[in-house]
Amino acid sequence: MSSAAQSTARGRPDSITHVRNADWGQGFNTLVRITRMNLRHPVQVTIAIVATFIAASLQLWIPRLLGEAVDRTQTVLTATGGSDTQSALATTAIVLLTVSILRGLFTMLQNYYAESVGHHIGYELRLAVYEKIQRLSFSFHDTVHSGDLITVGMLDLEGVRMFFSTGLIRVVLLGVLIGVGAYMLLTTDLVLGLIALSFVPFVGWRAPVTRLRLRATWLELQERLAVLSRVMEENLGGIRVVRAFAAQKHEMDKFDKASGSALELAHDRVGIRVRNTSIMTFSFFLSMALVLWIGGQKVISGEISVGTLTSFLTFMTILQMPVRQLGMMVNAFARASTCGTRIFQLLDLKVDIADKPDAKDLDVSAGTLRFENVSFAYPSAPDRAVLKDISFDAKRGKTLGIVGPPGSGKSTIAHLIPRFYDVTGGRITIDGQDIRDVTLASLRHAVAVVQQDAFLFTTTIENNIAYGDPWAKERRIANASDSAQLHNYVMGLPAEYRTIVGERGVSLSGGQRQRLSIARTLMLKPAVMVFDDSTAAIDAGTEQRIRSALREYARDRVTIIIAHRLSSLMHADEILFVEGGEVVERGTHDDLLALKGRYAALYELQVRPGDEMLEAGE
Amino acid sequence: MSEELETERHDVNDQGRRPPRAVVGSHRIEEDMFGRFFDGRVISRIWEFVHPYRVKMFIAVAAVLVFTGTQLLIPLIIRYAIDNGMIAGTVDQSALIWAVAAFVAAILINYGASYLQEMVVGQAAENVLFDIRRAMFEHLQHVSLSFMDKTEVGRLMSRLQGDVNSMQEFLETSVISVGDLVLLFGIVGVMLWLDFRLGLLTLSVLPVLFIVRVFWLPRARAAFMAAHETNSVTNGALAEAIHGVRAVQSMDRQQVNFQLYDDKAHANLKTHLTAAKYAQVMVPIVDTLTGGAMAVVVVVGGSMVLNGGLDVGVMVAFLFYIQRFFDPIRSLTMQYSVMQRAMASGKRLIDVLDVRVDVQDAPDAVALSKDMDGSVEFDDVTFGYNPKQPVLKNVSFRVNPGETVALVGPTGSGKSSAMALIHRFYDIQQGRVLVGGHDVRDLTQQSLGEQIAMVLQEPFLFTGTVFENIRYHKTDATMEQVVEAAKAVGAHDFITTLDGGYDAMLGERGGNLSLGQRQLISFARALVADAKILVLDEATANIDSYTEMLIQKALVRLLEGRTGLVIAHRLATIRGADRIIVLQNGQLVETGDHDELMDMGGLYSKLYNLNYASFDDIPDDELTAAAQSHSTT
Ligand SMILES: Nc1ncnc2c1ncn2[C@@H]1O[C@H](COP(=O)(O)OP(=O)(O)O)[C@@H](O)[C@H]1O
Ligand SMILES: Nc1ncnc2c1ncn2[C@@H]1O[C@H](COP(=O)(O)OP(=O)(O)O)[C@@H](O)[C@H]1O
Ligand SMILES: [Mg+2]
Ligand SMILES: [Mg+2]
Repeated sequence: MSSAAQSTARGRPDSITHVRNADWGQGFNTLVRITRMNLRHPVQVTIAIVATFIAASLQLWIPRLLGEAVDRTQTVLTATGGSDTQSALATTAIVLLTVSILRGLFTMLQNYYAESVGHHIGYELRLAVYEKIQRLSFSFHDTVHSGDLITVGMLDLEGVRMFFSTGLIRVVLLGVLIGVGAYMLLTTDLVLGLIALSFVPFVGWRAPVTRLRLRATWLELQERLAVLSRVMEENLGGIRVVRAFAAQKHEMDKFDKASGSALELAHDRVGIRVRNTSIMTFSFFLSMALVLWIGGQKVISGEISVGTLTSFLTFMTILQMPVRQLGMMVNAFARASTCGTRIFQLLDLKVDIADKPDAKDLDVSAGTLRFENVSFAYPSAPDRAVLKDISFDAKRGKTLGIVGPPGSGKSTIAHLIPRFYDVTGGRITIDGQDIRDVTLASLRHAVAVVQQDAFLFTTTIENNIAYGDPWAKERRIANASDSAQLHNYVMGLPAEYRTIVGERGVSLSGGQRQRLSIARTLMLKPAVMVFDDSTAAIDAGTEQRIRSALREYARDRVTIIIAHRLSSLMHADEILFVEGGEVVERGTHDDLLALKGRYAALYELQVRPGDEMLEAGE
Repeated sequence: MSEELETERHDVNDQGRRPPRAVVGSHRIEEDMFGRFFDGRVISRIWEFVHPYRVKMFIAVAAVLVFTGTQLLIPLIIRYAIDNGMIAGTVDQSALIWAVAAFVAAILINYGASYLQEMVVGQAAENVLFDIRRAMFEHLQHVSLSFMDKTEVGRLMSRLQGDVNSMQEFLETSVISVGDLVLLFGIVGVMLWLDFRLGLLTLSVLPVLFIVRVFWLPRARAAFMAAHETNSVTNGALAEAIHGVRAVQSMDRQQVNFQLYDDKAHANLKTHLTAAKYAQVMVPIVDTLTGGAMAVVVVVGGSMVLNGGLDVGVMVAFLFYIQRFFDPIRSLTMQYSVMQRAMASGKRLIDVLDVRVDVQDAPDAVALSKDMDGSVEFDDVTFGYNPKQPVLKNVSFRVNPGETVALVGPTGSGKSSAMALIHRFYDIQQGRVLVGGHDVRDLTQQSLGEQIAMVLQEPFLFTGTVFENIRYHKTDATMEQVVEAAKAVGAHDFITTLDGGYDAMLGERGGNLSLGQRQLISFARALVADAKILVLDEATANIDSYTEMLIQKALVRLLEGRTGLVIAHRLATIRGADRIIVLQNGQLVETGDHDELMDMGGLYSKLYNLNYASFDDIPDDELTAAAQSHSTT
């Protein structure tokens, strides 16, 4: 527990996929916690357990009744008065039928409520996981592979959900069967009872040992399967790269390696499970053989009746199923403690970007965005300063342009404004309020970023545009789309705004995707609007039209444009040239040209494409 | 999109707050959960995968039969012991000893058989599962890109994982259900053999069970199906939340999404509870029938024993069998739906395995030698993704060994498509594409791919270190070569600042790098591939002009002795090329070096004279005007 807690507190969430130390303590704590969750449904849990008790007791009654019936037939062989026995047999039969029916009904209650508890827990966990994933900050998602999160949210959740019905209830059932059965057997015949139960200590020792081994195997297997699915997913996602490099063989090698190591462990797991189940069943049968041997002798010596022996043996038949299922039960325990550990680790993560306790909504008045000596390093690489001492002011109605080489920190600046990450030095304010002091919701309504690579949702174009404002009227959607120069294209589609865009918007071209992402951002009416290189795939003419459509819109907000194409930002009120995380030049287009520095060189390169510039660049 | 899955909750009345235009997850039910119970084609295809393990499977079936046999035997032994070995007061215990010895032998065999069967089946099923997955994955490495273009990764992944798993489940349980079936018939047989009349009487409860099932099954199936569907819908919504989390947070949709997800999760809960009800309602019915059967044996069998018409041991054996009788019925019922699910999954797996490989090596294909000259030639090529709509029309040009040629033309004019053809991603409808003097259809795709390196616009990186990404499949590339390539594209500097340098791990798809940096790495990757032909498809879109210029200069050196095909927009790049090919609407309109084209006064010179830095910068109307004036002249 402690090591995991520490690493998560430091924001190293990758430990999610690296739960080592399959030790007693951690697994046990997890099981206790799952049990506590179950207990939050006291009524259903009680019904399930009580029903289990009743069903199990009724089931134990059956051997008695059968034994009784057998005995009756035996006694009559020597005595007379057949009709008496006949009616006694009929009575036994009726009781038997009634007991069976009741047992069926209570088993139904037991199973249903046990499952119901599980499903309720599943529901609660689903919501908790979903909520957590939505709230965890970008830095968490940067380090954890999406496939691993999906595994936690789907498979691990199942493991925890099933714990009550396949694990706990079975323990209760087995406990009752063995406990009550033991009492009945031991009071009937002490020696024979002890013999009948002689398998219990062996099973009791074997089960937890196996659980631990299974758990360790399980954890490791889960990890290897995650690697395998990552290999497959990346291959399919990057299939063009694979083909372009004729790397099929290389990819198959990667696959075989991942697959082979997972298969090996899968075999191990089968082995552990099977060895365990068969040895447990064997030990059980062995005690049955002893009962037969010793019991037989007792019958011969007249110590007990055939009926008693029958009920002993029947009792053991009843135990046969649960004992066989003991393997599954052990499995359920191992699985729940593995899966639970992973889920709880996710749920217990601290959300590092959240509202302060006394956070108020952002109050936008003058609409001024201000960077004050901001420096920043990504949490995954805390020693590598990405931004150093950046300061600027951006006022309502004004446009700020940012240019710079790849990796200079432009997108990072864009990410800091809506607080996707927190600055590590200095501060960012909007109208004098530090963005860390206001509520996240109000901040993110006030700041909109058009991302460099936009994620589109698999739904209609209309829903995608209205993503940030799902209450929007159709007219507004059409307007935004028109401003983004998307409307005409959409109207040309057969289903117009109801056209579904595919997974990650595959059916749209890069330029169309960017325009959709711009339209989506326009719906938000933010106070600060950031375009992060979001027109790279849009031709300059279209971009020009987008800009003029936005002129009115830009009047009452701050606009920040990050671009490589200088025509996109040369009309900005101030331009920052960033390099290595620092502002190396700043001013208007004309200022910067006059400076004859990097910006000027860039500009010359773009407008005067001549060999002479190639030399000038050196 | 189907409406019935709009899972609105009726127990919360928030009509006013529910946003009209918000959904989470995609509501597509694309697949049947249940296939036909038995589908011969599916079975025979899956059998191909089981075939290598057939010996094991036969062993397993044999073991199951032995196992079942011992199961059947045990009550018989008990009966024998009771009837013959336990006559009160006898001294001769030999019958009892025999019985116990037989019992021990039976349980030993039982142990061995169950161990063998479960182990063999379990491991063989895992093997089959991994084999099927491998076959599919390998097949996907070869199917044409036009299939991959239109198929979502998520769907393929669910084939490779979910469907394959349900085949495994089927394989594991099918051997067991052979045992169940044998057990069932065995019990019936033994009961009838022990006492025909009592046996028939006992079995008379069975028709009741079948009648009940007839009414139960369709309803239960519908309930199970609903549960399965809501489950996949809910999981789909979760997956979307994970992939799109950045977009969700930046547009502050958490609350709305949570509420919508709650609806789905709640619907999931409800359908599962309903399904559980249907599953459990059978329990008391089966138990009632068991009780009934036992009552029959007690009353009828009991009086038979009384009349001396039946041994008491037989009656005991009957009681034992009745208790074991319903287990196989129960598990066979379960197996029935496993089987249906497996058929549906199997069909989907086969669909993937049967995707036609359109682009295939010819039987007599030769390997393109490393010493080929590196020339590329299009000879009257016509090509369309859809043959009716050609994207390239009668295009002919030749790129000589060592030449660098720029392809220019407006968006959608067919430049990327032409590059894809050099690599034979698609087959053409007319004409020939020649590489090194060979028609690409006569070459092995592997050797062709090795001689062509491409930089694609989308810089896709793999999980792994920077080093592994740059050398990608060229695993014999040394660190020096990698560093040299990184230096050439100007990536070395930032790589060395990473924690771990070249050994720094990249996040999912290179997420911890900026987009431009990812592009630089994918550039370096192409250089390390050390191919005769280098194709750059708008490889510098997210890179500033200055960095691009540095790359261009490096390229001049790197392209020495190689053939270069460059799609670019910036005129600086284009001017430096040995030759320029101008495409428009899929047709080659001009070709020549910069000066020749300028003298020609065609589209290129018009565009050039507009004085834009890049063809992309030219507003549409001017472009149209230039194109028109060009075609009228
Ligand atoms: N999620 C991240 N985790 C760690 N480092 C990052 C992350 N995103 C970007 N970086 C690093 O931060 C620097 C700046 O990146 P970025 O702001 O995206 O550059 P650009 O100016 O090209 O937009 C780069 O060196 C990049 O490697
Ligand atoms: N994978 C594809 N499937 C179907 N059509 C495509 C595909 N890729 C491109 N196209 C179509 O082919 C035409 C030419 O596209 P492309 O070669 O990408 O042009 P360019 O690279 O010159 O911009 C366009 O009309 C485009 O829509
Ligand atoms: Mg960027
Ligand atoms: Mg293209």
